[in-house]
Amino acid sequence: MIPPELREQLKNNVKVAEDPKEQAINVMYAIQRHYGYLTDEGLEEAAALLGLTPLEVEELATFYDFIYREPVGRYVLHVCDGVVCWMFHEGSLFDYMCQKLGVCAGEVSADGMFTVLPTACLGYCDHAPALIVNGQFYGPLTPEKIDEILERLRTEPCDTIICR
Amino acid sequence: MYEPVLFLNLQEGRPATIDEYRQSGGYQSLEKVVRRELSRQDLIRMVTDSGLRGRGGAAFPTGRKWSFIQDHYPYPRYVVANTDEMEPGTFKDHKLVNVDPHLVIEGIILAGYAVGASKAFFFIRPSYELDAELMERESEVARQAGFLGKNILGSDFSLELVVHRSAGRYICGEATATVQAIMGNRAHPQKTLHMAEHGLWGQPTLVNNAETLACVPPIVRRGPRWFKGLARTETGAGTRLYCVSGKVNRPGCYELPSGTPLREIIEEAAGGLLPGSELKAVIPGGASTSFLPPKFLDVAMDTDSLKAIGHRLGTGAVIVFDQNSCIVAATLNITEYFARESCGFCTPCREGLPYIRDLLWRIENGEGREEFIPLIREMAAFMDQAYCGFAPGAAQPVKGMLAYFEDEIREHLRRKKCPFKEKYHPHRELWYPAE
Repeated sequence: MIPPELREQLKNNVKVAEDPKEQAINVMYAIQRHYGYLTDEGLEEAAALLGLTPLEVEELATFYDFIYREPVGRYVLHVCDGVVCWMFHEGSLFDYMCQKLGVCAGEVSADGMFTVLPTACLGYCDHAPALIVNGQFYGPLTPEKIDEILERLRTEPCDTIICR
Repeated sequence: MYEPVLFLNLQEGRPATIDEYRQSGGYQSLEKVVRRELSRQDLIRMVTDSGLRGRGGAAFPTGRKWSFIQDHYPYPRYVVANTDEMEPGTFKDHKLVNVDPHLVIEGIILAGYAVGASKAFFFIRPSYELDAELMERESEVARQAGFLGKNILGSDFSLELVVHRSAGRYICGEATATVQAIMGNRAHPQKTLHMAEHGLWGQPTLVNNAETLACVPPIVRRGPRWFKGLARTETGAGTRLYCVSGKVNRPGCYELPSGTPLREIIEEAAGGLLPGSELKAVIPGGASTSFLPPKFLDVAMDTDSLKAIGHRLGTGAVIVFDQNSCIVAATLNITEYFARESCGFCTPCREGLPYIRDLLWRIENGEGREEFIPLIREMAAFMDQAYCGFAPGAAQPVKGMLAYFEDEIREHLRRKKCPFKEKYHPHRELWYPAE
């Protein structure tokens, strides 16, 4: 269950919105941040807050890239697979990252820290190839740079942002 | 040399503050407007006269769009500033917000005044989360200064600005889908609804791209004729933010007069191609525009000049391919992107794009057959039957490949492999767990 303070805060946000559904994404983000991903329980809590059926929330949740209905690592490595980034690495950086972390795309690394997801063009094309993790852009990527990023995320704890 | 308009307050490594923006004439337009020196109609006329057209890709005349919201339409009314920006190759709105957030904010307020809106939504994609936070902070600064909120600068005009976070889907950038997304519905385009009458919650709504709105304060301050005169072509207007990416020395976002030739953008602004690279193809305006071969390098980069050669300007995001890029594989990448991003509402888009992708995948991996070429051509043409502009856009690079690089497709067929490399993804199985 989400903490009462969070519930109150979300309830209030929903109340002041033009329409409860306008807050649908914000509510899903907040609950997802609490659980780590949008759990079934979280989905039902979101539905109750928004005055929707769980199915209606599910319909929205599955539409979007940044709402996770399955467990993800603490950090989600959104690797750009847009055409500009592709031009520079043709998929080899995914391979490198997946091998390094011992996962397939979408899986959680053994230490629970990382998930790698290919993501639609991130808008960092002038630094291609690029990835975004916890709101921070990185690029142009090389295997060495990736090692550095992973190491920093492992050793320097920081808060996760709302749409990670 | 031209004068920067949108990047006037460019600072090294940080956004311009409200003070810097005001020193450069910022918020003067708003003051002019709320002091009743300009009526709503005057403002719309100015924007119309300036020749400003939408910068999000569709290039619809902005003044005309504003005039669709008529006086007798009901209240409340809404404005949406679209910063979804998911067109591959495009990052201009991200740069713009980070250079001069108050320019965008003033543009939104002026648009709100022009259409009589009481609430504005700044719609932004999740990978720009830090920009969303920046806009929240800066709109609070604007509120403190009296430019936003109730009774702006003591007038009877009030406008609230809300940052609305999206959760990432390309289709959310389509105006009618944006409106659905804000209302918390699945973002399917609604082409039967006229936004000017039935937008957000059935009320009159204006949806404009952030760059479009950012052009408005300078137009009001310095006049529509000045703005129109900035362009290098007869039918263009103002300056544009051209994004250049790919195999160039200085990829980046450059503000240049509208209608600057493609060659100048690539060779001068972006510093030419990387050492050892030769120009093979250019995508002029993001992934939903066609590949152009080098013979088109002298085309002026504005809507009408590209139209004259049978192409689209899109967002003005130039992607440069060199001799090492396989156009079939590039088209495959783009088509995969669009097949995945399709909202799935209408059949041509939902079924047609994966069909093209699969045929391209076979060609790229040495399983192509001669008859695939007419099949792809036929299906690409069929994309025009789709419900919204998504599929016709997605078909553009496919059509470009067929028009200018058919030899390269045949080379794949003849050699039974991609002439540029062994395989598209050597470790594709790593991406996705086995079924």
